[in-house]
Amino acid sequence: MAFLARRHSVLPGFGPTLGFSFLYLSLVVLIPLSLLFFRSADLGWGGFWNVITSPRVVAACRLSFGAAFAGAAVNAVCGLVVAWTLVRYRFPGQRLLDAVIDLPFALPTAVSGIALTTLYAPTGWLGRPLDAIGLKGAFSPLGVTIALTFIGLPFVVRTLQPALEDLDLDQEEAAAVLGASRWRTLRRIVLPAITPALLTGFALAFARGLGEYGSVVFISGNMPMRTEIAPLLIVAKLEQYDYAGAAAIAVLLLVASFLLLLTINLLQRWSGRRHMRGA
Amino acid sequence: MGDLVRVRRHRFAGRHDRAATTEPRWVGLLLLATTVVFLGLFLLLPLVTVFTEALRKGAGAYFASFGDPAALAAIRLTLTVAAIAVPLNLVFGVTAAWAIAKFEFRGKSFVTTLIDVPLAVSPVISGAIYVLLFGLQGLLGPWLSAHGLQVIFAVPGIVIATVFVTVPFIARELIPLMQEQGIEDEEAALTLGASGWQTFRRVTLPNVKWALLYGVILCNARAMGEFGAVSVVSGHIRGKTNTMPLQVEILYNEYNFVAAFAVASLLALLALVTLALKTLVERLSAAAVTLDSGLPAAEEI
Amino acid sequence: MGITVEHISKTYGNFTALRDVSLEIRSGQLTALLGPSGSGKTTLLRIIAGLEIPDPGSGAIRFSREDMADRRVQERRVGFVFQHYALFRHLTVFENVAFGLRVRPRADRPSRKEIAERVHTLLDLVQLDGMAERYPSQLSGGQRQRVALARALAVEPKVLLLDEPFGALDARVRKQLRAWLRHLHQEIRVTSVFVTHDQDEALEVADHVVIMNEGRIEQEGTPESVFHQPATEFVMNFLGDVNVFHARVEDGKISFASLRLDAPGHADSADAPARVFVRPHELDLAREPGPAPSLPATVLTVHAAGPTVRLQLRTPLGETLVAVITQARFRDLDVKCGDQVHVAPRDLHVFLPPPDRAM
Repeated sequence: MAFLARRHSVLPGFGPTLGFSFLYLSLVVLIPLSLLFFRSADLGWGGFWNVITSPRVVAACRLSFGAAFAGAAVNAVCGLVVAWTLVRYRFPGQRLLDAVIDLPFALPTAVSGIALTTLYAPTGWLGRPLDAIGLKGAFSPLGVTIALTFIGLPFVVRTLQPALEDLDLDQEEAAAVLGASRWRTLRRIVLPAITPALLTGFALAFARGLGEYGSVVFISGNMPMRTEIAPLLIVAKLEQYDYAGAAAIAVLLLVASFLLLLTINLLQRWSGRRHMRGA
Repeated sequence: MGDLVRVRRHRFAGRHDRAATTEPRWVGLLLLATTVVFLGLFLLLPLVTVFTEALRKGAGAYFASFGDPAALAAIRLTLTVAAIAVPLNLVFGVTAAWAIAKFEFRGKSFVTTLIDVPLAVSPVISGAIYVLLFGLQGLLGPWLSAHGLQVIFAVPGIVIATVFVTVPFIARELIPLMQEQGIEDEEAALTLGASGWQTFRRVTLPNVKWALLYGVILCNARAMGEFGAVSVVSGHIRGKTNTMPLQVEILYNEYNFVAAFAVASLLALLALVTLALKTLVERLSAAAVTLDSGLPAAEEI
Repeated sequence: MGITVEHISKTYGNFTALRDVSLEIRSGQLTALLGPSGSGKTTLLRIIAGLEIPDPGSGAIRFSREDMADRRVQERRVGFVFQHYALFRHLTVFENVAFGLRVRPRADRPSRKEIAERVHTLLDLVQLDGMAERYPSQLSGGQRQRVALARALAVEPKVLLLDEPFGALDARVRKQLRAWLRHLHQEIRVTSVFVTHDQDEALEVADHVVIMNEGRIEQEGTPESVFHQPATEFVMNFLGDVNVFHARVEDGKISFASLRLDAPGHADSADAPARVFVRPHELDLAREPGPAPSLPATVLTVHAAGPTVRLQLRTPLGETLVAVITQARFRDLDVKCGDQVHVAPRDLHVFLPPPDRAM
C-alpha cells in the first residue's frame, strides 16, 4: 500500500478530495516553507552560525524570547484567575467579559499595536502613571512584554476554561470532607488536575509571542540592540535583499516554534484529552 | 455587592450552591476584581482607545478620513483579498475535512499537521517564504520578471500570503465536528439512493453548517486583518498595494493619528462583529446540540 | 427476492470479521442473523447492503441470482435501518421519509403530490401519521425506530436490512416493537434480514435464524429446529441456559454423573470424552425415583416468583444444576430448600469435542 492509502469505504470522493487538499497544501504551505530551509542552507553551517550569532540577532532573540516568556508567565497567573472567575462565579457582565477574551484573536494586530502604543506612550492614559513611577511603557522591553501579554491572553484562558469546567467537584468536596482547607484543596487537588492545560496555554502563548509582529512593532520603537524583535530583523534583512540571512533567522524561529508545538502535543497527550479552543 | 458573587451552579441542575467548592467571599471578590481590572486594562482599554483616538477631533475629521482615495483604495483591496482568499480556503477546508474526517488513511496525521502549520509560523515568516519564492532574488523571481509578471510588491503576493495565513481556519472548525458525527448519516443517504454530491449537500452540509459559518467568519476576520505576512510582500505602494492594516501603519507612522485610528476603527468594528457573530453561532449551535441530545449517542459510531 | 451469499470473507487489518460465509436467504422471509458481538453478523449485513466491500477474490452477493459486485449501494435498492437510526436531524419526519424519493433523478422522481401521498401512507403504516412535522429530536426512541423503517421502505426496497433494530430501546418498548415488526412483515412481505444479539428476539420474530460465531455460520434453520436440535455446543449455549456434564461416550451409551443412558446419534462413536447439555426445563423432578433413570439431588434454592419455578439443586458429586418446572408441578411436588429430589433428564444433547480440540 502506498502512502495515503485508505481503508475501503463506500463513501465517494476520497481520491479527489484528498488529492486536491494535498496539492493545495503542497503548493501553499509545504513547498514554500521547505524553500526556507534550502535558502538558509545556501549560507552553509558557518554562514548560518554567523548570522544567528551576530550581536544584533542575539539581542533581538533575547528580547523576543524574554518578552514572550514574561508575557506568557503573566498570562499563566492572571489568565488562571480570569478563567477561574469565569468558570466558577456568576456575575453581571460575565458573558460580555467572556466574549472579549477573544478580542486579541479578532482584532487585527496593527490595530492592537497602535492602540497599545497610544495607551502606553509617555503621554498616554497608562503611560503617564507608569512614567510617574519611573517606568517607560512604550518604546521599551516592557512595552514589548505588554503587547505580547495582550496577544497571548486568549491562548491561556481558552485552554484553561474547558479544563476547569471538566473538574470533578466531587473531588474537591471529598478533600473538604477529609478536612483539607480550601487553599490546600486548590493546591493539592485542583492545581495538579489543570497543570497540563496551564502549561499548554503557557506554551501556546509563548509560541505566539515569539513570532508576533504587528502588535509589537509599534510599541517597541525598534531600536537596534535594544527593542528590536527577531521577526523585525527578518523584515529588515528582506528589505536589504539579504534573503539567505532572513531565511536563517526564520529557520531559527521556526525550529523554536516547532519545538514548542511538539511540547504542546506531548502535554496534550499527557493530559489525555484535547480541548483547546480557538488556538 | 452582596449578591454579586454567587457560585455557578453549572451542570448540577437542582443542586444548590456547594459550600465546599467555593472560596470565602472576600477571596471571590478579590478574584473577580483581579479579573475585571486585568481584562479592563489589557483588553477593553485598547479597544476604547481606538475609538476615542479616532474621534479625538470630532466626527467631521473622522469621516473625512474616509474621503482619502488611498484609504478607499485600501478598503477596496482588503475586500478584494478577502473575497479571493476566503472562498479558496472554504473549498479547501470542506474538501480536506471530507477526506480527513470521513476516511481512514495512512499519513492522515501528517496532512492534519500540515493544515495547522500556518498557525505556528510567525506572520513575518509566512510573508518571507513567498518573497524567497517569487521575489526578485527568489527562486521564480527571474522567470517571473522575464515574463513581465509581478507577484511580490503586487496584489497576487498579498492574496497568496493571506491564503497561507488563513488556510487552517475553516478546516479546523470542520474536521473535529465531522469526525464526531461519523459516517452513518451519509451511509443512510447512500442506501436511500442519493448520489455522492446529493449526500454531501443534503446531509453532510446541513450537519456542519454552524461550524462552517463560524470558520468562514474567523477566516474572513483574519484575511481582512492580517498585517505581518501582508506587510512583507506588499511593498507599501500607496493606493495600490496597501490593505487596511497597512494603511493604518502608514498613517500612524506619518503621525496622522486621527486618520490611522479612523481606518483602525473599521477593523475594530469588524473584530467586534466577528466576536458577536461567534458568540451568536456558539449559542445557536449549542441550542441545536440541546435539540439533538435526545439522540442516544447516534454520532459516536 | 432471494439473496445468495457465496463464500464471502472480510478482514480488517489483522482482524477477520467473516471467514468464507455462504448463505441462502429465501424470498419473502424474515431472517435473523444472531450472534454475540464480534461474530461478524453486522459486517455480513453491511456487505449485503453494499456498505462494505468483501475481500477481493472472495465470493459473491447475488440478489435473485444477479451478481451485485458492480452495484454500488445506491443501485442495490436495499432498505437499511441503522442501529441508531441515522435520522437526518435537520429534516422533519416527513422530509426524512421523503428523502429517498426526492433524491431520485428528475425523470424517475414522483410528483410532489405522489411523494406526499406515499409518505403519509408509510407514516400511517408505522402509526406515526400525526408526527410528520416533528423533528427526530422530538420523538421517543421507538418512534424514531419506526421513522427509520418508514424511510427505508419509502424507496420500495427489494430487501429490507435492519441492524440491531431494537438494540437502542428499553426492554418494554422492545417487546412491543418485536410483535409489531413481525406483524408488519406479514403485511408487506419484503425479504428482510435483521441482526441481533438477543436470542429471544431472533427466535420470536424470525422465520429463519442464522447463528454466527467468530465470522462463521454455526447453524441455520427455523427457530424450532435450531432451538431443539442445536448443531454445536456454541449454539446450545447461546440459545438458552444449560446444565453441562462431563461425560464419556461408549458403545452407544453415554455416562455422566451416576447415569448411563442411550446416546442419541452417537451409536457408533468409539470410546471418547463428551459433554452433555440439558436445558433446565428438560429436567423432570420427582420425590421418589421413577421408571426413568434419575439422579438424586438436594434443593438449594427456590425461585417461585414468576410464570415458572426455578430451582437450584446439588448432586451428591457436588455438581450444581438448575431446573425449571411449572407452577402446577411445583405445587404437586411441594418441595422446599434442603429436600431430597430425583432428577431425570427428558432430553439430552451430546457433543463430542472436535478432533482438533482437546477437552
